[in-house]
Amino acid sequence: METKVTRRKFLQITSATFAGAAILASSNRVVENAIAAAEKKNGVVKIPSYCSICFWKCGLIGYVKDGKLWKLEGNPLDPLSKGRLCPRGNGGVGQHYDPDRLKAPLVRISSRGEDSWNVTTWDEALSYSAKRLMEIKEKYGPQSIAVFSHGPGGVFLKHTMRAFGVKNFTAPSFAQCRGPREVAFELTYGELVGSPERTDIKNSKCFALIGSHLGENMHNTQVQEFAEAIERGATIIVVDPRFSIAASKAKYYLPIKPGTDTALLLAWINVLIQENLYDKEFVENYTFGFEPLREYIKPFTPEWAFAETGIQPDLIRETIRELARYKPASFVHPGRHVNWYGNDVQRLRAVAIVNALLGNWNRKGAFYKPVKMDIPKYPYPPYPEADYEVVYNPNSKYPFAGEDEGLTQGVRSATITGEPYPIKAWVVYGTNLIQTMPNPAETIEAIKKLDFLLVIDVIPNEIAMWADVVLPESIYLERFDELNISPFRIPFVGIRQPVVPPPHDQKDGWWIARELAVKLGLEKYYPWMHIEEYLKYRVEAAGLSYEQFKKDGVILGNEQPIYVEDGLKLEFPFTPSQKVELYSTQLAEKGFSPLPTYERPPEPPPGYFRLLFGRVPVHTFSMTQSNRILMDMVDENEVWVNSDVAETLVLKNGEYVYLKNQDGILSNKVKVRVTQRIRPDCVFMYHGFGHTSKNLKRAYLKGASDSELISRYDIDPIMGGTGMNNNFVTFVRE
Amino acid sequence: MARYAMVIDTTKCVGCMDCVVACKTENNVPEGFNRDWIAYETIGKFPILHMEIRSERCNHCDNPPCVYTCPTGASHISEIGGIVLVDYDKCIGCKACIAACPYDARFIHPDGYATKCTFCEHRVVEGLDPACVATCPTHCMYFGDLEDPNSEVSKLLQSRKYHVLQPETGTKPQIFYLI
Repeated sequence: METKVTRRKFLQITSATFAGAAILASSNRVVENAIAAAEKKNGVVKIPSYCSICFWKCGLIGYVKDGKLWKLEGNPLDPLSKGRLCPRGNGGVGQHYDPDRLKAPLVRISSRGEDSWNVTTWDEALSYSAKRLMEIKEKYGPQSIAVFSHGPGGVFLKHTMRAFGVKNFTAPSFAQCRGPREVAFELTYGELVGSPERTDIKNSKCFALIGSHLGENMHNTQVQEFAEAIERGATIIVVDPRFSIAASKAKYYLPIKPGTDTALLLAWINVLIQENLYDKEFVENYTFGFEPLREYIKPFTPEWAFAETGIQPDLIRETIRELARYKPASFVHPGRHVNWYGNDVQRLRAVAIVNALLGNWNRKGAFYKPVKMDIPKYPYPPYPEADYEVVYNPNSKYPFAGEDEGLTQGVRSATITGEPYPIKAWVVYGTNLIQTMPNPAETIEAIKKLDFLLVIDVIPNEIAMWADVVLPESIYLERFDELNISPFRIPFVGIRQPVVPPPHDQKDGWWIARELAVKLGLEKYYPWMHIEEYLKYRVEAAGLSYEQFKKDGVILGNEQPIYVEDGLKLEFPFTPSQKVELYSTQLAEKGFSPLPTYERPPEPPPGYFRLLFGRVPVHTFSMTQSNRILMDMVDENEVWVNSDVAETLVLKNGEYVYLKNQDGILSNKVKVRVTQRIRPDCVFMYHGFGHTSKNLKRAYLKGASDSELISRYDIDPIMGGTGMNNNFVTFVRE
Repeated sequence: MARYAMVIDTTKCVGCMDCVVACKTENNVPEGFNRDWIAYETIGKFPILHMEIRSERCNHCDNPPCVYTCPTGASHISEIGGIVLVDYDKCIGCKACIAACPYDARFIHPDGYATKCTFCEHRVVEGLDPACVATCPTHCMYFGDLEDPNSEVSKLLQSRKYHVLQPETGTKPQIFYLI
């Protein structure tokens, strides 16, 4: 019954949006008129929303023609997309039409891992899930339930679960992605890098990318600014074992030996200090620990680094001199996916220190100070006390793990061992844990120990196929969702609202979370019936017009100073010394090296190659391989092999091989790509392929899964991230 | 009369295929087919390499062999800025144009006719850029009128070095690649 009411309300809301669909601001009156005419003629309506095909959250305009989703474009009012979506964003249409998507709630009727389900009603699936969760809470306490959640849609689920007493929340975005960078910058500057990254590529005169393959990772705003930088003739330095797209645009390409980046960074610091190239005024006034750094860095000469990295000393000197020449409008990019070797905080600390010596914090052309729209929170009742230690980091083994995103693999190992206490249920939202976490065998071992696994997702991916209950969410183009209040150069807020209704019995994440709360007896935590009441409350509490917001999709705040150049005061109130900590007192206190350390990576065994992985511009993680439009772009991954190596091993371009790793794990078959664009000591694959869920018909066994081959991971002792670049593979023929 | 052309800056293109995806949704290009694509050309030996990345499509040639070989007159040069188009009602799907095109720009639509890039004629007549140009996150693509010396495309060709694909075939292609 309630479903129907919601549906009707939904339709009313969308028709209001249709009627109010406005022509977006454009300087070209003629174009506006032409679009208006075309719309009238073709019955096209345009609805603004924000994208969720990755985490960047670009503003979009959905075009609906004759009631059907036609295409997506960037919202010109949105500061992130600036009217242009990336390929995945444009390809979002394919998520809506994906014939394989989850269509109705599923309840398992056989043992886990088998593909046998009862298609059921929402009422039944939610009642059953609530019953199971209550039983587990009753028996083992709320601490025995862990939530994995990725993306803005998880906000409401997490709200429900917090109200239920849950405290063990994790996301792969920390321990499998950005964690070491955020920890290193917080230790050094007292502030995060954040997402979107606060890097000012747009105005930079010189910057270095270390393993960060912009153009292949399509972080929209950054790629747009990267192209601007190319056009302006900025000096681009790319450090990568693979001749990436970014490398092909660089003035300096440093084909570094994998795992030795910290050696290069130490040598850069050495040259900055030895040649007196650093920003003396900044170092003197705003940093702590320069003298110990000066002493420490002496042995790390470019000649020393050459032996480690394979980069010629002259090239090391020349590149850091370039960075110094353009300071403060120059920087070393902190990267994004940075859990590589398990000593990543130390590497990112070295990145933070090079930047500090360039005196570029909050400076134009380097790092700006992000600003955020001030939108009040919704006044929910307080959550119950959760008076227990989080499960993933017992005794704060990893002192800087934090509790915002948690340690996914910590939950996994606790689930397997029952220590420090048993975990009996996982609730998983929007993250395919089988592919996002290293060593899926371990994930499956943990799943087998669970009493209950609830998955909320849009496609029948691997984790969904292991679940006891699968709840099909509407995709981002079909639902309302949490506001986008990203930190950026200008404060702004973006709306997500339905462009089209979901095609089957899918429901919005907020609705699922609310209904689950009702079934769990937590209705008081949802004073609002429909999310629009929630959104309207927040937006109006900020003094903004909700109607305008729905019509434009984005509301911009007032510009604020984001650089010292604009009058911003430099201050570092969040570090213990209230200065930029070149020497980290916090690391020293916890028994770690306060100055960045380099560890030589192990060599591949004879006949083996280090396995590296990265992004392909048309896919997001393992989330988009059921999208027919994006699969028409790239539908399997390849293993990149250096041409000379291929010749020696008689590997032919395009032939299929299997990869076997150091632990004997054999991959699915994968195509060989013979190329000059990679070092001979490593191979490279795009992440996200090699799906094993038969219900992903287009993606099933297309390419190989890098995650599966990452059976070894080294955990960063500082923050608990899983270093995943420490695996070696060899080629196996059929 | 206008002469529409596309100028693509290979130094900015990152080969992300955004142009391919935007074309696909704009024009409802069927699954399994694309009207534009990315070409990579790498020369040298690791690590001293040079790579050119190009977004490729029908070249809307001034001297189009597809038009000359078409037995029904379906393939034609449009009055709208010299865009090479196919009249789907006249096309019999004989594939002569596909054989004649040196750029492999055409394919047979599952409904039985030859099709390819139209420079988004339906957008161009409304005063818009083709979908690929309008979406490109690197702004590496420019569309305009070469007859107008003040158009951005004309100015770019005056000020920058460029090349076209397979000039030796004599097709006079109208997609220009800045280098």
